[in-house]
Amino acid sequence: MQSKRQDGATQDEAPLVIVDKVNGALRLMSVDARALALGLTPGLALADARARVPTLAVVALDTVADDACLERIADLCDRWTPLVALDPPHGLMLDISGCAHLFGGEAHMLNDIGRRFAHGGLSLRMAIAGTPDAARALARFGRGGIVPPGGEAQAAGPLPVAALGVAADIAHGLSRAGLKTIAALAERPTTPLAARFGDDLVVRLRRVLGREDIRITPRRAPPACMAERHFAEPIARTSDIEATLTRLLTQISDLLQKRGEGGRYFEASFFRTDGQVTRIAVETGRPVRDPKVVLRLYRERLEALDDPLDPGFGFDLIRFCVPIAEPLDETQVSLDGRINEEGDVADLIDRLVARFGRDRVQRFIARETHDPQRTASAVPATYEPGKANALNWPAPEPHEPPLRPLQLFDPPQSIETTAEVPDGPPLRFRWRRSLHEVVLAEGPERIAPEWWRRESGTPTRDYYRVEDSNGRRFWLFRAGLYGRETDKPHWYLHGLFA
Amino acid sequence: MTQTALPALRRSLARLEREGTARARDVFSFGVPDIDQTLGSGLGRGALHEVYALSGPDVAAATGFAIAMALRAAPGATIPGPILWARQDYVDTEAGRLHAPGLAELGLDPDRVIIVQARDALGVLRAGAEALRCPALSAVLIEPWGETGAIDLVATRRLSLAAGGSGVPALMVRPAASPKPSAAATRWAVRSLPSQALEAGAPGLPAFAITLLRNRAGTAGHEWRVEWNRDERCFRTRQHGQEPGRAHAALPRPVGAVSANRAGTGSTDWPASATADPALAEQTTRWRDTG
Repeated sequence: MQSKRQDGATQDEAPLVIVDKVNGALRLMSVDARALALGLTPGLALADARARVPTLAVVALDTVADDACLERIADLCDRWTPLVALDPPHGLMLDISGCAHLFGGEAHMLNDIGRRFAHGGLSLRMAIAGTPDAARALARFGRGGIVPPGGEAQAAGPLPVAALGVAADIAHGLSRAGLKTIAALAERPTTPLAARFGDDLVVRLRRVLGREDIRITPRRAPPACMAERHFAEPIARTSDIEATLTRLLTQISDLLQKRGEGGRYFEASFFRTDGQVTRIAVETGRPVRDPKVVLRLYRERLEALDDPLDPGFGFDLIRFCVPIAEPLDETQVSLDGRINEEGDVADLIDRLVARFGRDRVQRFIARETHDPQRTASAVPATYEPGKANALNWPAPEPHEPPLRPLQLFDPPQSIETTAEVPDGPPLRFRWRRSLHEVVLAEGPERIAPEWWRRESGTPTRDYYRVEDSNGRRFWLFRAGLYGRETDKPHWYLHGLFA
Repeated sequence: MTQTALPALRRSLARLEREGTARARDVFSFGVPDIDQTLGSGLGRGALHEVYALSGPDVAAATGFAIAMALRAAPGATIPGPILWARQDYVDTEAGRLHAPGLAELGLDPDRVIIVQARDALGVLRAGAEALRCPALSAVLIEPWGETGAIDLVATRRLSLAAGGSGVPALMVRPAASPKPSAAATRWAVRSLPSQALEAGAPGLPAFAITLLRNRAGTAGHEWRVEWNRDERCFRTRQHGQEPGRAHAALPRPVGAVSANRAGTGSTDWPASATADPALAEQTTRWRDTG
């Protein structure tokens, strides 16, 4: 499939070319049909092209936008098969094994795809063949169309050797040897070819001729199970959508039950009639397959969407898949009807994650470091603890006041101080415009930066626990050793004690 | 129709309330006889309690007090359930994010804490209400920032009903807000109190001046000075005016200079470090001056 960018109506009149800088000169990278008719071909220098056709609409090559466009087209193609692979720079591979009959056969499917993209203003070249390489060769170098099973060798025979996708010098070498078409290559014994041009050529040849098949690597991993519903008449009402979700979830639940699994990650894809695809996923902390539970998570998720699910002119396909499933045994419900408390908390976390997002529901894990900023990190609560993370929190010493603050500023807040002596706690300091008289102080506790991760110039910190005249307890530090690392050390407030 | 419907509604409301209060009768105490007597039997577990910070820098005190209450409320037996902490993002900006070792220092195991970060007060309330329906939690802390219209009688009533239903204490910390009428069972104002200095003028145990602003079950307007003892998980009364060490501590005192290389000095009471390889451990010295 080949996609070309379409520009606005204002440039309709002029031939459109896309240019990029190659070895310091602007050259045409691709051209539209009108430019092609005028004899402009990719590879021509822009100056030459301008000389021939002065009224040229020129657009700089934007590979990022092209890639994004290809991704969007790939999203759209998800409606025909879940196995879609990118074939850069501007191709897509669809594995339609077992899918074509859903659309009334391969010919109908091809028509359907062509029609949909033609609506979007894209011209496509499509081929259906037994192997991905044969299909690619036919789409790019041949007429496309449908190759009957076993007919790859015949269909690909007349194509030039470049259709094998080999490097330019090999193609050149082959043509100098008089081997111009794939059919000419196919007649030769393979051993001398491999000896002269490498194994790669032989492998590609076998694939294009349909003698060897490979699987494509789909963009998204095939889900563990999937259920979908096509609508002849697009649906747009929330109640219809919810009813569909319920029905699909019940199907999914049955599928999971048969496999003895529960889903950890659910994804609903809403295919709008105009080609927009919205994917909404929910994640659970443990495997579930109860449709009610998942539906509740979906309600939370849909309600919390920043940009609500917009049905536009309606959805004509809703698909539900479970990319991640894990074994789930039947749970014994206790006599009072409650499963267990741990499960309750896991369910609560799932609901909160669905509403607030994965990164906003957190718990702490301990790290092996003295750096106060890194000693505890907040990770998503659904984060798998990993059995290795058996690190315990350091137990506080009995009969000692808290030595670490309850709340920590990140980054530390700068304060103005009056220090007693260069190596003592400050007498008073000003934080957020109010003056604090230090009455009690303890320190210093010296925390040196970790030399193996030190960014240049991170000074050693001397920490003090101080209490002001109003009884507020602060954690201050002086950055830099006086006289050694700095002449005028700066003070920071790092945390607040209860 | 209204003639029959209204009394029926009233009856069902009354029944709901009775059920709520039946669970709420489950109470927890402060461990300070004076306070517990004033509160009657103690604080209701399945109820909403508000903790106001009296001024900006008292946020940490209010938070610490709420943690202490949550710890008191956790049933002593077996393994206590997790504590859910719904926090508004702005609290992190203004008062610093929660520091897990600091929680441990107050006696709360950081592994028990689940934090929900919400963008606004509404999100905080929503997370709190959702969590309060889960009876497996041992407490729910709700921490919105500042004055907000979202927290009104209806919202607090919803929270206290949810708390009553599940029997999970709801503790709402209100930094940078002034007390307003609400459906809370008790309302406290908390201020940091100078601690009882340790030797060498080091700050001591966390101390709070707490004022009971409102008490649905009894009298209000009392003020106490307490300090939190993490080892025994209980409050202790601080005597009025008892602030030893304050007079001399205010004076400048000589402090010896420390060289950067004195790694071993007085580090015997440094908490056992989690670092496996001492060679890689940072150079840390903790030393209490004796001046």
